[in-house]
Amino acid sequence: MKLSLEDRFLQIFVYTVLIILALVSLYPFWNALVISLNSGIDTSLGGLTLWPRQLTFDNYKVILSDPRFFKALGISALRTVSGTAASIFFTAMLAYGLSRRDTVGRKYYMVIAIFTMYFSGGLIPTYLWLRELGLFNNFWVLFVPWTISVWNMIVFRTFFQELPKELEESAMLDGCNHYGLFFRIIVRLSGPVIATLSLFQAVFFWNEWFSSGIYINNANLLPVQNYLMNMINSNSAQEMISQLGAAGGVGDMISSTITPKSLQMTALMVVSLPIILVYPFVQKFFVKGVMVGSLKE
Amino acid sequence: MNDKSVMKWNASGEKKKRSKGILRRLAGQWQVQSMILPGILFIVVFSYIPMYGITIAFKEFDIFQGISGSPWVGFKQFRLFFESPDFVMIMKNTLVIAVLKLIFIFPAPIILALMLNEVRLAAFKRIVQTLTYLPHFISWVIVSGLLFSILAVESGSLNIALQKLNLIEQPTNWLSVPKYFYSILISAGIWKEIGFSSIVYLAAITGINPHLYEAAAMDGAGRFKQMVLVTLPSIAPVVTIFLILHIGNLLNAGFEDILAITNSGKNTILRDVSEVIDTYVYNFGVNQQRYSFATAAGLFKSIINVLLLWGANSIARRMSGSSLW
Repeated sequence: MKLSLEDRFLQIFVYTVLIILALVSLYPFWNALVISLNSGIDTSLGGLTLWPRQLTFDNYKVILSDPRFFKALGISALRTVSGTAASIFFTAMLAYGLSRRDTVGRKYYMVIAIFTMYFSGGLIPTYLWLRELGLFNNFWVLFVPWTISVWNMIVFRTFFQELPKELEESAMLDGCNHYGLFFRIIVRLSGPVIATLSLFQAVFFWNEWFSSGIYINNANLLPVQNYLMNMINSNSAQEMISQLGAAGGVGDMISSTITPKSLQMTALMVVSLPIILVYPFVQKFFVKGVMVGSLKE
Repeated sequence: MNDKSVMKWNASGEKKKRSKGILRRLAGQWQVQSMILPGILFIVVFSYIPMYGITIAFKEFDIFQGISGSPWVGFKQFRLFFESPDFVMIMKNTLVIAVLKLIFIFPAPIILALMLNEVRLAAFKRIVQTLTYLPHFISWVIVSGLLFSILAVESGSLNIALQKLNLIEQPTNWLSVPKYFYSILISAGIWKEIGFSSIVYLAAITGINPHLYEAAAMDGAGRFKQMVLVTLPSIAPVVTIFLILHIGNLLNAGFEDILAITNSGKNTILRDVSEVIDTYVYNFGVNQQRYSFATAAGLFKSIINVLLLWGANSIARRMSGSSLW
């Protein structure tokens, strides 16, 4: 079919806007990557936008040899793994209990859970309570408060309710109790939904920075997002460079070519890397996840 | 037939069992109950107990007497908040940012979805989607880092580009000029969420009956007219629902985004334009330890949000028939 003049104009307009939008979405990441791979001194001369002019891995060498950065990466990794595991485990188990029609008190439990989606204690009461619990400067504060995600519970529950009932009956005949049924049968049948929600939880725990910032001030327990926040907003990058310079030798040589900005962008690339690596897997699933969520509305 | 399944059928099938006593029924299913218990316990400890803590908005919180022991002071904290010299400034910033977000950030993903719907090349569509969804998955800390780099005075891409185009002569320090703050905040917000938020609208568009387009084309409507006359009305209910939700959160004008861009409020040049209710609660509560005062300010915001949600829902129900409840 031949397009009318008006339709062709619309097509050109749409493609132009979308190309610009896609480039704008990508550019900041690309620019940061280029800066992280370019000599810092050269970057500060200006003009660098699309390609490294003086390719170097010095920025990465410096960042990756900072023990505090490694510690922060480790804390974040530990937080992500423990948080995701605990959250998926307890949330799925709760959802299983609430998915069964014969559970006593099921309706009340659901109301208790769903109410928290619309109303919360707010920042300060939560802050005071967690302090009272002794969770300040405590590794547990990094994930325990998020153990139950009501949203995920609803997704799990909807999924469990759609599993065929015959499975359960035959398992019970074989002498399975509820724990056996849940861990040996339900969990195995729920691979895709567990994978999807785990990825979402993992992204959340990796990215969370506000709470860790207010509950933790011990540098040894600070996640990498907070390390990055400090680096972006203070002169800690400059101090790193001065220390390198003072150490003399090779460090001194490297320190003359890197700048705070090149270090900041390098740290930022390293922190984004896990997300970028996991993103293709998340993307495969999240459209479905978003749809389940909005069906609930 | 299996005994157990018969019993279960009875249990779900009504009152007979009630007489057996709730304790015996609970004991009979202790396994399932023991799987629910930890989850409910987490919810009570981390959601309900803090809700009880809201009472300190009506008290003078004393760290040694705790939440329940502190003396009641009625509405004193609210009065202090309304009479504080910051009140007008905070309310103005909150409303300005809220309205700007409603005007620019809310419609952006709808427009993107409409445009993606016009794309016939599947591969092109997928690339645009992949690239625009990505920023949703990175933290505001990283977004602020990228933003500071792009807006930097020296070697920041924006200054370089504008100088090359001869639009400015000297590089500008964009983040130290209050009048640019809103443009920066809103642009960053659109950049981060436009793609991801468009998913629901795209899904709604996919569900439209193709016959509607055929009929419109038969009547001589071009693609643009079809967009306006078929697509938009068809997704209007979804848009309405999200609009109600957005209005119910209107006074949550910004938090993580503002904190990240202003370095948790330490960029004092921007305070007069960037301090909103939520950041104020954080500043006075966490930083200055005026717990009761900050809780009152936060509660004031929550109450207005609930009223807005209720109001938007009533209006939507009366005017269009689509509503949350």
